[in-house]
Amino acid sequence: MTTALGNNAASASGSALDTRKVLNVGAVLAISLVFIALAGLPVGLDPRQVVNGILSLGYLSLLWLPIMFGWTVSKQVVLEGMTATKQGVGDVITGAATGVVGGLGLSVLLLLVNQFDLRDPLVNWSPQLVDFLTFSQGIGLGVIAWPVICGVLGAFGASLHLLDATARRAVLAAIGAVLFFAIFETFITDLFDFLDDLLYGPRGGLEWYAALVIAGLAVAYTLSGAREKIAEVKGDYHALTGEAKTRQTAILIGLSAVALIIIPMVTGKITQELMANVGIFLLLALGLNIVVGLAGILDLGYVAFFAVGGYTTAVLTASNRGPDWPEWFPTTPWFVALIASVIMAGIAGLIIGAPVIRMRGDYLAIVTLGFGEIIRLLFLSDWLKGYFNGAQGITQVPPADFGLFEVAGTNPRSVFYLVMFFAAISIYASWRLERSRLGRAWMAIREDESVAEAMGINTVNAKLMAFVVGAVLASFSGAIFSAKVGSIFPTSFLILVSIIILVVVIVGGMGNIMGVIVGSVVLIGVLGGPKQPGLLQEFSQYKLLIYGALLIWMMLKRPEGLVPNARRSRELHQDEFLQDAWLKGEVDTDEDDDNPAPGGSQVAPA
Amino acid sequence: MTTAVKAKGSKKTGVDKFLTLLRFLLIGAIAIGLIAFVWQQIDPNNPFARWRNPDAQPLTAEQIKGLVVTGLSQGAMYGLIALGYSMVYGVLGFINFAHGEVFMLGAFTGFVTSNKLADAGLWEGGAFIPSVIMTAVLAALIATGAAVLMERVAYRPLRGSPRLIPLITSIGVSFFIQNAVILLFGPGAKGYPPNPEWLQKKRRFDLLGDAFAFEVEGTKLLVLVVASFSMAGLWYFVERTKTGKAMRAVAEDKEIASLMGINVNKTIVTTFAVGGAMAGIAGILWGLLFRSVIATTGFLPGIKAFTAAVVGGVGNLGGAMAGGVSLGTAEALAPLMLLEPLGVAGPTQLRDAVAFLLLILVLLVKPTGLFGERLSSEDRA
Amino acid sequence: MRLLDIKDLSVTFGGLHALRDLNFHVDEGEIVGVIGPNGAGKTTFFNMISGMVTPSSGEILFKGESMIGLDPNQVTQAGISRTFQNVRLFANMTILENVMVAQHCRTKQGVFGSLFNTKAFQEEEKMIREHGEKVLGFFGSRLIGYRMDQPASVLSYANRRRLEIARAMATTPQLLLLDEPVAGMNPKESGELTELIGKLRSEWGFTIVMIEHDMNVVRDVSDRVVCLDHGETLAQGSFDEVSNNPEVIEAYLGRPLEKRA
Repeated sequence: MTTALGNNAASASGSALDTRKVLNVGAVLAISLVFIALAGLPVGLDPRQVVNGILSLGYLSLLWLPIMFGWTVSKQVVLEGMTATKQGVGDVITGAATGVVGGLGLSVLLLLVNQFDLRDPLVNWSPQLVDFLTFSQGIGLGVIAWPVICGVLGAFGASLHLLDATARRAVLAAIGAVLFFAIFETFITDLFDFLDDLLYGPRGGLEWYAALVIAGLAVAYTLSGAREKIAEVKGDYHALTGEAKTRQTAILIGLSAVALIIIPMVTGKITQELMANVGIFLLLALGLNIVVGLAGILDLGYVAFFAVGGYTTAVLTASNRGPDWPEWFPTTPWFVALIASVIMAGIAGLIIGAPVIRMRGDYLAIVTLGFGEIIRLLFLSDWLKGYFNGAQGITQVPPADFGLFEVAGTNPRSVFYLVMFFAAISIYASWRLERSRLGRAWMAIREDESVAEAMGINTVNAKLMAFVVGAVLASFSGAIFSAKVGSIFPTSFLILVSIIILVVVIVGGMGNIMGVIVGSVVLIGVLGGPKQPGLLQEFSQYKLLIYGALLIWMMLKRPEGLVPNARRSRELHQDEFLQDAWLKGEVDTDEDDDNPAPGGSQVAPA
Repeated sequence: MTTAVKAKGSKKTGVDKFLTLLRFLLIGAIAIGLIAFVWQQIDPNNPFARWRNPDAQPLTAEQIKGLVVTGLSQGAMYGLIALGYSMVYGVLGFINFAHGEVFMLGAFTGFVTSNKLADAGLWEGGAFIPSVIMTAVLAALIATGAAVLMERVAYRPLRGSPRLIPLITSIGVSFFIQNAVILLFGPGAKGYPPNPEWLQKKRRFDLLGDAFAFEVEGTKLLVLVVASFSMAGLWYFVERTKTGKAMRAVAEDKEIASLMGINVNKTIVTTFAVGGAMAGIAGILWGLLFRSVIATTGFLPGIKAFTAAVVGGVGNLGGAMAGGVSLGTAEALAPLMLLEPLGVAGPTQLRDAVAFLLLILVLLVKPTGLFGERLSSEDRA
Repeated sequence: MRLLDIKDLSVTFGGLHALRDLNFHVDEGEIVGVIGPNGAGKTTFFNMISGMVTPSSGEILFKGESMIGLDPNQVTQAGISRTFQNVRLFANMTILENVMVAQHCRTKQGVFGSLFNTKAFQEEEKMIREHGEKVLGFFGSRLIGYRMDQPASVLSYANRRRLEIARAMATTPQLLLLDEPVAGMNPKESGELTELIGKLRSEWGFTIVMIEHDMNVVRDVSDRVVCLDHGETLAQGSFDEVSNNPEVIEAYLGRPLEKRA
């Protein structure tokens, strides 16, 4: 509060620089830049081009920061009832100064790396870093260049405040479109072969003229008002009710289904593989969404059910399962194994769920994490080696055979279709359950468990049911995973997997099916899964760091996720929501009574 | 709410019956394992051993003493880390999942410092003791800094939000720090320089007569001594100083404490700082004992330390230490004293599983921990 | 007929007697007012009946069956429902959902029904919705219409109290426990609610136990009044009897000066 007021006061009294703020924010920027440089992102990502010969992903990994900081440092917090001071040149100077301070951090780093050798503990303290930071042009240039570049970008970030909303949107759209085309290069060239030579250079980045054209088109799109048209159409769709809406929805679903069937037919193997991976994690995320998003149970051992599904399928179908299984134990086709997986995962859900269900939410998280680890350790152990082959894993899992066709890892397209079939089932199930007696009970438990119980909900049973439903959805994924990879090892089921699925659900938007889909596509598709590469294969070393940072950032700034669920976001921003509703006059104020109670007591949540 | 024990005459649901069965099975398995172990000690050729564990060999007294000492020194480290979990839970009511990473940062600081000192020839002979003290102070400082920074950046903005939100954030913090360390220092295991001869040497103690004489490796002894002194220092700090009193007041009720003129923010920062320092010292001890750290070093000890905090009763500092020591001992002894007599192959692989099972067992049988929780009224709900 | 019969009920919290040897009964169709100064153990008393607190000794019989040791949801299932002193709605669920979710223990469709959208499921959903609307309709136009699909958090204070009562009604109980139903309402609103409490018995057939500080409300609707103090029954009988009982007056106002000497 005080900083916001201080900022307003400073900009009100002319364009005086708030030196302390600039130095503070600039220092944070400098530290962030130095951290990224020493973490090796710039050098590691340098080979991947965004715009050929002009901008590589390596430089981008540093350059986005000054823009962001420039934007943030000059942002004014306008409180309700206060008039915003006009943003002006002073803000741009603030942004530039912050950028310069940040850039100086890199200059100092450059000098230090050049002078001393600290490569012993810090692996990226290397000549390559010097080379990168000097643009291979000599130390002097690098030391001078970084403060200048960062200053310019900081000023650019700050000046975005000066543009009016449409212009700002146009600039952002241009940047976004260029990045989109650069990142989705594999996917786009797969779909439209001719674009490969037209837009992209030999090293994958966009050609400079292509980048200009794309940016231009994006600006044109924003300014043409097409955006508003789309918003209007969307509004119309949401306003529909009853029969008409059902029909529209059916058409939409049909269209997306057709698109999902056609796309893998025209794309190459790498893209198909990628889509299959996204699908497998989407399935997992949908299951966890029921547990975390709907019922509000933080299950950190979710990977256990994935493992149970995968191992059950492997044991039932593979020719080299452990030698200790009795003679009569059958080898079955894949779909029989799938049913067995579902049953086993359901049982595992009950066994893991029952002891933890009465615990406090945070204890539950740690204990489920422990269970996830116990299950992995059991599959890994010498004790059960006769059954699960320990660390060697079960390696000869056959493809899933459906008579007419076969789903095998060598044919990622078939895997994708199978995954999509089950994803459709899961989405349907989530959608139905959310609107049922059980779904309402879950929501009530999430809101206030003890009241839910007092209102007659058997919370133990309802929560256990959430566990089991989540487990069953995870087992689908496990069964497909097992047939796809053709082998199964304990290392595929690290706690890491649980956490990545959690990040997918949270980044997408807890409790929201659309959010989960977006989350899996954006995170698994672009950055990649725990072991599976995404579109940005260069990121594979750095993606876990980014997952961690994303999780923190989302929790701090946008806990409702990218695609928020209206209800869930109300829950997380209760105060702001009520304030808004109150200002808009949407809060019910007893106006039908003579003597309304004072506003404060009406909106204050108990 | 952890209401595991219900009044008599209650209508039991299916889940309750299952839980009773589970408690019964777990305790039964432990009892059978112990009996089998004792029997095996008396007669390695007894029928049960012939059935489950044909190559059974009784453990010698030396082996058992060795296991106990190993368990104790390991447990002392768990206890030191557990203090941080326990204090933060007591004051803020949330699990700082990233506390294990603070410990790992301490161990990493030790790795860098000790190697530089070893290069300068200061990690042996008489220079060793001042070098270790310097390393420990440095590690404690870095760990404290990390813990305080964590609180400032990630947790303070979330104060007052639903309990799970800061927990999820701390998972993110843990993930971030782990991977940042991998990227900064490389993924491999990092070695500490060898400890000087006089520290590695085994020493024999027969204070309680010959039957109770045991041999301890100097390093383990150092771990136990340092951990005891740190614990004593912390106890004095919390129970006898003004800041400690403020901490206890904030743990009881933040609002009232602030009305009494206590700076709540400062006190919370102090809590993180003190917990961080303890974890940093534990990190150095870990490095001296195992002489190797990797970026994931913090993860398992972190979770086990949380287990120790729960076993001892969250918010209860003495309990955290006692919980750590019992967990360490259980973890060292159980594979050979419970699992092997039951015929489990490769029992030491399941050490971590034993730790988690202990956590589950304690939460099922006595959810408030062995020595009782100390939480503010709002966190008990 | 005795609907609720409580014998020698005691509970202690760490040595403190919140309730001591309490004897209490409610006949079917009665409205009983429970009064007493702050800290008299009234809310603990409700918590105990509704299964949220387990008594240390004594017996609670509802329709002749013991309620001791039942979970709160089992108590609700048996036919006792309650409201909370510090209104505890499911603030982010809609108003209709609040009353729909309260019918959980009277309905039974599970995963199967909702996945396959069976006939039984559709009928049950329809029934739940209709019953919910009917319950909300009890409070006039305040909670129905466009309001039904708004989150409960936008409601005014008085309407939240009303919705709490509606939610308790939706569980179709026989015994309704109201914890300070008119607290924080202005005289007009409380007068109106007093009337509705009467209707809860005459139209809906609920038996009601009500904790209330507003003596006008207690006088207007209660058949019988029980006064608690320090966890013990101080007096019971008609409103006039209880309100003129010297011990009750003493409990509220303190001992007169001359007696203290």
